[in-house]
Amino acid sequence: MTSSSHLNRRTLLKRSALAGAFTVPGVAALTSCASGGGGNGGDSTGSGEVSDRNPFGVAEDGGVEVVIFDGGFGDEYARDTAKLFEESYGSVTLDSTQEISQLMQPRLVGGNPPDMINNSGANQMPHPALIRDNQIADLTELFDAPSWDDPDVPVRDTLLPGTIEVGQYGDDASYHLNYVYTVHGTWYSKRFLNDTLEEEFPQTWDEMIRVCEKARRDHDVYGWTYAGQHARYLAFSMLPMAVKVGGKEVMEAIDRLEPDAWKADAVVATFEAFEELAARGLVLPGTPGIDHIDSQTEWAQGRALFIPNGSWVENESKEVIPDDFDLAVGAPTGLDSSDVLPYGVIYAAAGEPFLVPQNAKNRAAGMEYLRMMLSNDMARNFTDKVASLTCVAGSADDLDLPPGLASAQQAIQGAGDNIIVPRFRDWYAELFIDHMGVAMGQMMAGELTAAQATDRIQQAADRIAQDDNVEKYL
Amino acid sequence: MPTRRLVLAFFLPPSLTPDAVKYDRRYRALDKYRFVAWFTLLPLAFYLLLVAWPFVQAFYYSMTDWSGYGTEFNFIGIDNYVRLWNDSQFWEATRNSLFLLVFAPVITLALGLFFAYMLNAGGRHRRNETVSGVFGSKFYKIVYFFPQVLSVAIIAVIWARAFSPRSGVVNPLLENVGLGALTQNDWLGKYGLWVTLLVLCWSFVGFYVVLFSASMGSIPKEIYEASLLDGANRSTTFFRITFPLTWDAIRTGWIYMGIQALDAFAIVSIMIPRQGIDVLPTFLYLKAFRDGQAAYATAVGVVLFVITLTFALLMMRVGRRDRIEF
Repeated sequence: MTSSSHLNRRTLLKRSALAGAFTVPGVAALTSCASGGGGNGGDSTGSGEVSDRNPFGVAEDGGVEVVIFDGGFGDEYARDTAKLFEESYGSVTLDSTQEISQLMQPRLVGGNPPDMINNSGANQMPHPALIRDNQIADLTELFDAPSWDDPDVPVRDTLLPGTIEVGQYGDDASYHLNYVYTVHGTWYSKRFLNDTLEEEFPQTWDEMIRVCEKARRDHDVYGWTYAGQHARYLAFSMLPMAVKVGGKEVMEAIDRLEPDAWKADAVVATFEAFEELAARGLVLPGTPGIDHIDSQTEWAQGRALFIPNGSWVENESKEVIPDDFDLAVGAPTGLDSSDVLPYGVIYAAAGEPFLVPQNAKNRAAGMEYLRMMLSNDMARNFTDKVASLTCVAGSADDLDLPPGLASAQQAIQGAGDNIIVPRFRDWYAELFIDHMGVAMGQMMAGELTAAQATDRIQQAADRIAQDDNVEKYL
Repeated sequence: MPTRRLVLAFFLPPSLTPDAVKYDRRYRALDKYRFVAWFTLLPLAFYLLLVAWPFVQAFYYSMTDWSGYGTEFNFIGIDNYVRLWNDSQFWEATRNSLFLLVFAPVITLALGLFFAYMLNAGGRHRRNETVSGVFGSKFYKIVYFFPQVLSVAIIAVIWARAFSPRSGVVNPLLENVGLGALTQNDWLGKYGLWVTLLVLCWSFVGFYVVLFSASMGSIPKEIYEASLLDGANRSTTFFRITFPLTWDAIRTGWIYMGIQALDAFAIVSIMIPRQGIDVLPTFLYLKAFRDGQAAYATAVGVVLFVITLTFALLMMRVGRRDRIEF
């Protein structure tokens, strides 16, 4: 789904089709012949009458064209919103596809985009480039508009923390609405930890080591596994841990590409803590070379206790997670009592971006479509259909949630203000994937020490900070 | 007879050609080229429009700062190439691509030739047959071709599974033959280049077995008979007869395999994790589609184009020999 570059059979076939384009090397670089054209942006206010019910003035029979990513969430939820839209504003043209980039890039460049795009999946278009080229409309208007359910409350106030921020790139403008609320952290089987092992979720690193060694000794279960081929998953536990140890400034420094951000004591201490896990042999052997699916399967089958992951794991691995597993997520373990923040710091952010193209013919309708999706009923409907939380606060209350999702909701509540949203993941994808992720993996594989790993990441961050070809935010 | 008339006739169908031209001594040549030109006109137009023209465009775009997502960009001269020159990731990808370009064809073609020879002429002599393949050669021929039937994406997934340190077959295999010390916990990350080489060779060897088999099949049996009467053994037969007489196919195969090795996009993209290697096409893909730097990626494409062209021209030149008619 959104938060990882999962390689399912479909993407694989698509990539192989794409590979065809490379058979004569260089040809792929020629997709460029489509440039030129370009449209003049439509007005974001429609021709209809503006009111609390219709804040963007959508024309009555103007209709709307939306494109939905047909991934783990399907498109049924969007079709339900389409029905609601059609009650007032004319027909909805809804296309769902897995080839967002292939289909949308030419239309954006040609100045003829649809009114709303769900820019997600393995073929997602990079937001920084779209923003730099002025292709995406600022959604501030949407967030300031009256909400669907209560005209006195603006949309902005109905959303969970960390929703609007993820669409921001260095200023107050918000370029995409991330609809699905994802909780990242340390996932485990509550039944195994509490009942079999008779332990509570460890809150200090000493406890973590003790619990892992007990599991290893008494039950031949390793402490940790992770997606070795996408070692960046480790960040889901490591970044919140570093913030718990050193405070929120740690994350801000990293996001700002500050010199020595990765060499802060809290970050190095976090890396050392994880290095210790590997050094003590508490990581499932072979982990550095397995992919996310393998790691989740090994963990679900009880060969490892903890896994750094996101709340999509419940859906993605539902075939292998036993019924009595009692899936839960723990806010990442800290170091000790000298940590700056209390236990509970968690990496939770909205994912699954939806955007309204700047040059859309009916931008008002695109925004209205999103406003409808953010209504309580539609959000509930989404959670009900695809077992994932949305960014609409309280919309999943009193719904019967599966255990992992319920635990994710508890974790959000437990975190209070201490929810972190690492922005550099979107801003500098190369740093997150190619440098941080790879260095974390190599450290866990024993090829780098914690100091060397953080050095490497810092060097890459410094290089990106100086690279004029990469747009900077903050 | 003015040449102008001849030129004019070139553009006219034969029925409208004036008699004066028809009786010109140069008409025979004109007729031949007119025939060829007219017949290839349409394909040539398509080729120019869909292949040559985009290439020309690529050169232009590689000298801009186009992101790939907007309509506006600036002409920046050779800045992208200067940036490539100083980009260590680009050099690493280039090194990997060149490594594959050198070794993949050598290994694949050598294996292909060896297998094809064994299948066609490597067997024991049976009655009534001068040369024959090893026992069960027809069966082997089919088995070698299997990988060609599979999509390259499936091949990459299968091999990625095989090299998985938890559920793959490679580590247990090594252990079972007493090479437990060689097992790895991250094959694809640490030895990505070697695994890519292996998979490339494995997946293409079958094609060359079939190609070379066809080529060897057309070598007259009498030549083999004569050499056997002279007391040639298998290796002499191979190096003195089979190899020279299949040289044309080998050279063509070499160029084709070199281009495949320079590509390797699907295999690397699907099989190799980020801690592993990049080759030029995967580097190009990341820059264009993940980092939104289409112009820079186009510059990589141009470099790849130059490497491919140089390689192909070089191979065609060094490999040229007099054709042996038989």
